[in-house]
Amino acid sequence: MAALDMTKLTIKSAHDLLAKKEIGAVELTEAFLDRITAVDSDVCAYLTVCAELALKQAGEAQKAIDAGSGGMLCGIPVSIKDNICIEGVRTTCASKMLENFIPPYTATAAGRVMDAGAVVLGKVNMDEFAMGGSTETSYYKKTKNPHDLSRVPGGSSGGSAASVAANLALGSLGSDTGGSIRQPAAFCGVVGLKPTYGLVSRYGLVAFASSLDQIGPVAKTVEDSAILLDVIGGKDQYDGTSIEVPETSYAASVNAGVKGLKIGIPRQYLASGLDEAVKSAVLNAVREYEALGAVAEEFDMPSLKHAVPAYYLISSAEASSNLSRYDGIKYGFRADGCESYGELVSKTRAQGFGREVKRRILLGTYALASGYYDAYYKKALQIRTLIRREFERAFEKYDVLISPTTPTTAYKIGENIQNPLTMYLADIYTVAVNIAGLPAISVPCGADENKLPIGLSVIGRPFGEADILKTAAALERALCG
Amino acid sequence: MPYLPTIGLEIHVELSTGSKLFCGCPVSFGGEPNSRCCPVCTSVPGTLPVLNRAAVQYAIKAGLALNCEIGLFSKFDRKNYFYPDLPKAYQISQFDLPFCLDGYVDIELNGEQKRIRIERIHLEEDAGKLVHDGLDKYSLADYNRCGVPLIEIVTKPDIASAQEAKAFVEKVRLCLLYAGVSDCKMEEGSMRVDVNTSVRPVGTDELGTRTEMKNLNSIRSIVRCIESETARQASVLDSGGRVVQETRRWDDNKGESRAMRSKENAHDYRYFPEPDIIPAEFTQEQIEALRASLPKMPHERYLEYTGKMGLPGSDANQILESVALADIFEDAAAISANPRTSASLIIVEILRRLNDMGLSPEQIPFDGAALGKLVKMMDERQITANNAKKVLTLMFETKDSPDKIAKDNGFAVISDVAGIKSVVSDILKQNEKAVGEYLAGNAKTFGFLMGQCVGALSGRADPQVVRAVLQELLQKGQD
Repeated sequence: MAALDMTKLTIKSAHDLLAKKEIGAVELTEAFLDRITAVDSDVCAYLTVCAELALKQAGEAQKAIDAGSGGMLCGIPVSIKDNICIEGVRTTCASKMLENFIPPYTATAAGRVMDAGAVVLGKVNMDEFAMGGSTETSYYKKTKNPHDLSRVPGGSSGGSAASVAANLALGSLGSDTGGSIRQPAAFCGVVGLKPTYGLVSRYGLVAFASSLDQIGPVAKTVEDSAILLDVIGGKDQYDGTSIEVPETSYAASVNAGVKGLKIGIPRQYLASGLDEAVKSAVLNAVREYEALGAVAEEFDMPSLKHAVPAYYLISSAEASSNLSRYDGIKYGFRADGCESYGELVSKTRAQGFGREVKRRILLGTYALASGYYDAYYKKALQIRTLIRREFERAFEKYDVLISPTTPTTAYKIGENIQNPLTMYLADIYTVAVNIAGLPAISVPCGADENKLPIGLSVIGRPFGEADILKTAAALERALCG
Repeated sequence: MPYLPTIGLEIHVELSTGSKLFCGCPVSFGGEPNSRCCPVCTSVPGTLPVLNRAAVQYAIKAGLALNCEIGLFSKFDRKNYFYPDLPKAYQISQFDLPFCLDGYVDIELNGEQKRIRIERIHLEEDAGKLVHDGLDKYSLADYNRCGVPLIEIVTKPDIASAQEAKAFVEKVRLCLLYAGVSDCKMEEGSMRVDVNTSVRPVGTDELGTRTEMKNLNSIRSIVRCIESETARQASVLDSGGRVVQETRRWDDNKGESRAMRSKENAHDYRYFPEPDIIPAEFTQEQIEALRASLPKMPHERYLEYTGKMGLPGSDANQILESVALADIFEDAAAISANPRTSASLIIVEILRRLNDMGLSPEQIPFDGAALGKLVKMMDERQITANNAKKVLTLMFETKDSPDKIAKDNGFAVISDVAGIKSVVSDILKQNEKAVGEYLAGNAKTFGFLMGQCVGALSGRADPQVVRAVLQELLQKGQD
């Protein structure tokens, strides 16, 4: 038998082997650290590799496994997006502004994963402050799509998706403000889940847009995503917007099947602008669901055409406020040679932020300015209410909604970065979910003529994670056999 | 030309909750710089505010104490501006839906009542403090105060003089003290006042342009600042100038103000709803429960004290100055059924002793029940007024009840007339000469004999009884 390549395992299969003592936790972690050393210079997923921490955690995980007390994540090597704080580990948000920022505390979600025995291999690349859809706005490096190194991995959680797709981690924690988990998962051919707003604590996630941000899992399979979600979900006393939900096992829900499931397809999501290959993969998925006993139909959601502008107004407005704290006074980058507070703030921000971040701050500041507030920010909030209501109405009729995750497959590095509007419009299928606070998962549903992965999005009711997991898992089984 | 001032106030009051508004750090005054902060107060990336429910209750109690309507749906908003004492570069405050609206306070000035309306009271976080090196080389930030819960009380422009402003601030302070939501120590900055002043010629209705004076921290400076600003604006107008809408800084040492920031340079705070804190919703029942939990307010107590309890207004006000005194008074009056003696013991005896010992009313070591018991003992002639004062002194020193102190120290009144007679009779025998003089018609010697008797009884007998006995026995000698 050929030697087992442990980096190709899933969380579930690695857990089974660890539990049966067929592999060891330290040996598993070493395999990933070796692969990172060998391959990541090409993929460029990691910003910081925590080899020492990882090996220490792996040793402790093995002890727990030996003592019979290890859970599903015990000994599982994962990567963490670089906007999720871990005490003592540099957290940059891929920005020059936080080049030397070492958090004095650990994010709740990261803490829960580590408490469950997971091994943190390192912090992975992203768009600067999670603003972008290609990981090209990172101050540090450009992460490549493992399916084609000339293409982007998507973003902003590009490092999370690329690390999982390239077998550089078994799973990852990303964050999703307007599609930042689902879109890179689709581009990289992995599974990405954005939980219901409030299911996962945001404490320790460096804020981009507070009313939209959620931490969620990126993994190779739907089941692995569910295993991660089981650990990170649940009320947290340090996040006043996190919500108490009944104890449930998401991992147990993935095999429930879709017989009798009512699926809605927003007609607006199949309209012009959608790549033919993507459209045909999505329609093929619909046929698979029908073959499995689900009922699918198209319906109208007219408010969706306003989702992208509303999203960019709300997220930029909140970002302009959230990012004001980077003034050079307390932490992070500070510009040299300043004579006054005003000059210090202005120079620090001019030199510390990249172009895309500045663009969003300016847009958001403008949208909130007196005299413009009613026309922009307030209008966007009204659209938000409208979109929420249309989703509520849709869920009176359907159990889940499906759509493409992205209008195209992964594009070339450099292809769109000079054209922000094109990039923004590509968020058309993902942002409405954040605006409405709903859960959604992207699962691979095929490939285009260049063998680039295509993702299908399944959207659920608030706290309907079990519904979207079973729906995604059914397609995964149907397509992969 | 004579002018009339129109004044509106914004009063910032720090709430005396145990912990800060959005984290568990303690709320207290002084201490080492940056010793009471955590990643939340210093806005370390990724941290989130978690609302302190007690602070919300305090804010609503403050509103109820100041006769406000309480909004059943309230939310927080972000007020965005850059300043080094504000780590997040935004202050979490309330913009359009504050907890409390439309209140009022009645003040009394020169025997006349006036109602000052309160527009709103909102809850927000305090900022830190900057310490300057004095050489303009650097400034240091102390974040201890960051996140301390603060209410801002905004009045309507109903105040027409410095004295009205003084009366209003004093009344608000007293109400908040009674509500138990703040220590209102102006000297420690837990109560700070912004004053908006404009003047208009007598006989006109249209309000003039206003100026704002920020962060006044004593009643005296509020009064001086209003008087100075009223005069300054009047002289600007009289000399044909125009008052500029601006923020001015009051210099209490010089007794004058100077311009700080004009309206043209005013901030655009870009308020928007705070996404990290879910809006607060209350039921009318919850509000009523908070109302029921409030102690009686000072004006209500004033009416009781000066009404059925029969105290003069000045005495009532003196007791009402302190919640501790008022509570002791009410308990003592209830137990003794003698409010006037209870009040006079507090005002004359207790306040003098507190003053001598350098204590505050909160530090009185006995409760109102003990004081009431003492008053009752006096009324029942178990103890003389003179000895009651001695008992009171000892009540500050021991934890004993007044009757035990009286008993242990032999202060209890000898109430049987036979006992008194035997003592008086002995005195008369020892002072035959004086008795002789009295009997010879020298009435003055009665006082001497009376003094001897009282002395021999060491104050333990009712002087009126002693007098009667003495008269009786002397009468007998005459016969």
